[in-house]
Amino acid sequence: MDRLQYLFDALTPFNLLLALAGVVAGTVIGALPGLSATMAVAVLVPITFAMEPASGLIMLGAIYTGAIYGGAFAAILVNTPGTPSAIATTFDGFPMAKRGDGDLAVTLAALASVCGGMVGAVALLLLAPPLARVSLAFGPVEYFWLAMLGLTLIAALSEGDLLKGLIGACFGLLLSMVGVAVVGGDVRFTLGSPYLIGGIEVVSALIGLYCIPVLLDMVGTPEAHLKVSTAPRGFRLKEALGISWRYKFNLLRSSVIGTFVGILPGAGGSIAGLVAYSEARRSSKRSRHFGTGEPEGVMATEAANNATVGGGFIPTLVLGIPGTPPDAVILGALLVQGIRTGSSLFTEQAAISYTFIFGLLIATVLMLPTGLLIGRYAYKSIVTLPKAILVPTIAFMTVIGSYAIQNSAVDVVIMFVLGIVGWVLARYGFKPSPIVLGLVLGQIAEQGFVQGWLIGSATDNRLGMYFGRPISMAIIAFIVLSLFWPLVASRFKIGGKTGGGAPAPDAPRKEKPAHVD
Amino acid sequence: MATFRKILGAAGVSALMLAAGPAFAEYPEKSVTYIIPFGPGGESDITARMQQEFFPKYANGQDVVIQYKPGGGGSQAWAQLNDMPADGYTIMGANVPHTLLQPMIADAGYKTDDLAVVHYFHYTPDAIVVSKDSEFETLQDLIDYAKENPGAVTFAGSGSNSANHLMQQQLDKLAGITTTYVPFKGTGAAVQAIMGNQTTAGATYSTVGVNYPETRTLAVAADERLPSLPDVPTFKEAGIDWTGGAYRGVAVPAETPDDIKRKVSEIISAINADPDFRRKMEEGGFVLTPIDMDAMPEFLAEQKAKYRGIAEEMGLVEPGQGQSQAQADDASAGQATQSQTQ
Repeated sequence: MDRLQYLFDALTPFNLLLALAGVVAGTVIGALPGLSATMAVAVLVPITFAMEPASGLIMLGAIYTGAIYGGAFAAILVNTPGTPSAIATTFDGFPMAKRGDGDLAVTLAALASVCGGMVGAVALLLLAPPLARVSLAFGPVEYFWLAMLGLTLIAALSEGDLLKGLIGACFGLLLSMVGVAVVGGDVRFTLGSPYLIGGIEVVSALIGLYCIPVLLDMVGTPEAHLKVSTAPRGFRLKEALGISWRYKFNLLRSSVIGTFVGILPGAGGSIAGLVAYSEARRSSKRSRHFGTGEPEGVMATEAANNATVGGGFIPTLVLGIPGTPPDAVILGALLVQGIRTGSSLFTEQAAISYTFIFGLLIATVLMLPTGLLIGRYAYKSIVTLPKAILVPTIAFMTVIGSYAIQNSAVDVVIMFVLGIVGWVLARYGFKPSPIVLGLVLGQIAEQGFVQGWLIGSATDNRLGMYFGRPISMAIIAFIVLSLFWPLVASRFKIGGKTGGGAPAPDAPRKEKPAHVD
Repeated sequence: MATFRKILGAAGVSALMLAAGPAFAEYPEKSVTYIIPFGPGGESDITARMQQEFFPKYANGQDVVIQYKPGGGGSQAWAQLNDMPADGYTIMGANVPHTLLQPMIADAGYKTDDLAVVHYFHYTPDAIVVSKDSEFETLQDLIDYAKENPGAVTFAGSGSNSANHLMQQQLDKLAGITTTYVPFKGTGAAVQAIMGNQTTAGATYSTVGVNYPETRTLAVAADERLPSLPDVPTFKEAGIDWTGGAYRGVAVPAETPDDIKRKVSEIISAINADPDFRRKMEEGGFVLTPIDMDAMPEFLAEQKAKYRGIAEEMGLVEPGQGQSQAQADDASAGQATQSQTQ
């Protein structure tokens, strides 16, 4: 296979150095709430102008994959998903950290991310052109149903109080409609303010809804932020490897889901983690423990979201349609370099493409040692820093982070307001996750539905548009399965009883609702 | 973040400074912030990135640092431009028809005349694009089909009341057909729908036809054929009297001193004249335009009249309101109020 020669092109000391620097920089940036992969990549684009295209790409890809992984730290240790793709990491990651297993969760996230990243990159290497065709088969209606599939997770997340979950989701859907509608151009729910015309920025909403309540509770309660273990336990790598081996099918399934959903431009990142999480939950013997600090939940999300990196590059490189916002920046850098995307990128310009893909693989492997070290450091700082330093530092980061996304002070205000709203709602038993799902998926669902309606009306086939297309029918089948599974499970007592069993003897049953999420 | 950006910017600047030799004590003496009112990766970003590479060569070796301030289709950044430091070290991308249509249709937080645009450096002509395996080979094929099947032809485009939407409306009017416009979030999403045959065709830009080999361009709305698409006829050749597209330029805060405004305009002109820059832009499907400060008043007057007329026909604005010179009193007032957005 002559592609292997490109492996050696990628293995030059300079490229290795770039990959290493990229992964380290990306992981650190991703770990800080609000500093996103998109921004990290955008800031570094000018530096790549002076490089060989392949080297520049390797660095940008390394930063990107590092940043997606780094997002897990904030999600696990401070309950704040730095990107929409890490939302589901908080569900079990933060409860694990609360009960003193933060180090284990961080190590598991590293292993899962590397696994997912490898699967995504290998798919990019071997299957890019055919998989790009799949992304073209997804029309507006498929996006609509996919968003619906993501929304069904609300049923699972709100076990015990479905009504509050649905109310939260509706609030989130309303938030998603603020601003100028993509379809129709109407200005909605802006309260007459020009500042809201741009809508609610998702990441600042995430920071507000998840992080502010945690900060308020840190100030309001005397206990330590995370439970500290007495004995030093190192990386707990052996334990983590054992757990990963036990749940290898979960890892593999989540990685494949991440890759496939990742190839869908615009939807990939945010939906991949959610779908992988809900599939892991559904097929697990321990599904009742999901949401209370189940390692499988962290693994599923982290494997899936790193798989979207490789998956997202498939439409970017083959079709020129960026799969995710960071892909869009990288695509722009390519165009400035004078490189045209398309199938020729894999034939005439194969040297650049394959060197880059191998570079991405190398960066993913490098993520293991660097990720473990940085993760260990992040965990130690969060655990050992006194609250008097930790709280102002995180609060400062939330402000910087929400400002930096769009260089907009309005986003900081939105972050604060939603944070207070989220904290108050949590007192009454409303969790932030259904709100966030509504906000993230609402736009995708709405646009897909209306576009489908327009196309269906034009061809005089509305019913067939929504229900007659094969991919739609498959997704609808999953939705039905996902919706009724909790009923079936409780009926036949699948998933064991609540509260019992290893490895969570002191699961945070007594925590406030804000945390159990 | 700002410091982080500065450090990185400084690293790039110092590298370029070494190559550029001594700087003179005139504008610009330090790096210039170039704000893009959209997110990264779009055409406004890509073309600014192309300028970024050449900027130091024509600006005393000083760099531009690109920042993004997306929101409201650009309106959020434009509404804030005149509150920014007016010293020439903050410049901002400005787009036509966006800056004409937004204040016309609703309260966008700024007025078209608030923006001090010093140079429109290129435009991307409107184009009708289909997927490579589409049954439609020419614009006439598509028009004939639309005549036989009113409403059945669907056009994917970016956003409602956008340049793409306006072109579809113009095509309907000029060709005497009825088609359906399907708005998508951004050109990337529209292209995905075009290539996947989710819609019949796309009402989009010529850059799509150039940069996506899986597509076929049926017509471009330029005066002459494009060097990057030599086989594609213009709308005029196809019998439709329409030229138009999205112009991208550079604006400064209105209070910026005149000599600095002029200097910015000159730098942009000089970059436009650079053969390497020209080649890169033309290969990308962009058409360079020499609309500097001197040509600006005439250009804006012409574009305003054109888009006001179209917006009135579409019922987006009341006929005759504002500073319009268009003779559109015969447009139906009832229709206009009905679809007012705000």
